Amino acid sequence: MSDTPTSSQNVTLGEIFRAFLLIGATSFGGGVVAYLRSSLVSKHAWVDDKQFVELLSISQTLPGLNATNMAVLVGDRLRGGLGAIAAIIGICLPGALLMFVVGVVYSQHGDRPAVTAMLHGVAAAAIGLILATTVQLSQKSLSHLYDLVFVVLTVIGVNLLHQSVPRVLFGVGILAVLWYRPRTGRKEPRR
Amino acid sequence: MNQLPALVRVFAYLSLLTVGGGMAAFPELKTLTVDVHHWLTFPQLIHLYSVGQMAPGPNMMMIVSIGEWVAGIAGAVVVLIAFFLPTALLAFVIGRLWVKLEKWPWRDAIQHGLAPVSIGLLLAGCFTIAKGALTSWIAVVITVVVFTILLRSRINPAFLILGGALIGLVAFGGN
Repeated sequence: MSDTPTSSQNVTLGEIFRAFLLIGATSFGGGVVAYLRSSLVSKHAWVDDKQFVELLSISQTLPGLNATNMAVLVGDRLRGGLGAIAAIIGICLPGALLMFVVGVVYSQHGDRPAVTAMLHGVAAAAIGLILATTVQLSQKSLSHLYDLVFVVLTVIGVNLLHQSVPRVLFGVGILAVLWYRPRTGRKEPRR
Repeated sequence: MNQLPALVRVFAYLSLLTVGGGMAAFPELKTLTVDVHHWLTFPQLIHLYSVGQMAPGPNMMMIVSIGEWVAGIAGAVVVLIAFFLPTALLAFVIGRLWVKLEKWPWRDAIQHGLAPVSIGLLLAGCFTIAKGALTSWIAVVITVVVFTILLRSRINPAFLILGGALIGLVAFGGN
């Protein structure tokens, strides 16, 4: 990949906005990454598979949701800062409007027994979904047995020791990064 | 009382914790919105979060519902900006930098080291929400069945969540 984030393709801001708006409006049921791939790689050919995986790994390392980080990274590569803005607004708009309406409706009818009963089932199913997503992600991104140690340490820190997320993130994170520190040649200065 | 500054503080802070996914921030989301600010109850948070999993787009849009509850349309808009602007700027700046850092030996160390931590944070978020939501054996069964089906097939999860709603209505509806 070249180090300038400009693209030779002439993609307009409107095209970027429309593509991400469509993803934002149709990616029901989570798994937005699959929708991103089929739109950006297969349909529009704005990035190739290798770039997509590379951008996705950046998205996963950085804080922020994969969907919005990918929107920013791809938008930036297509049309710079404005492209990033068009992409993130596009992908967020439909879901935001929908959840605004859901919030209003829920505050009026959320305490009805039938609604509570349904939401009890929805919550249980959603946890199954989130767990499945996490397992699939770990199959892709974990490679060493040691990785499991850091997974377990993180869970213990948050759930059993009740430490705050940033504390665990920095504590275990620094430990893990040092564990996988560059080992070939001389040690790089830490920063 | 004007809650907008508190909304900005809470959601800007939460956004920086979403390493690997929105679920990573869930334990802090629960602490801050339920225990500290009393914007909603834990069951309400679980409900909104689960319904939000069905919504298209980024899967944390339920924050908009919280913003709307606390401060109406202004609250919804403020929460959206507070939650997405910091990480968007970070992705923008680091995304450009990251490509130039290809030769930097610590780049792979950071990427590799943060992968298991982010998985751990997602799991920790799952356990936090499960503690509040899986209060009956039927709920546990729904979770296990959905989990198993999703690992074995390519069905759209939205259908399974709707199925969960139906089973919930039958099982917990009572009267």
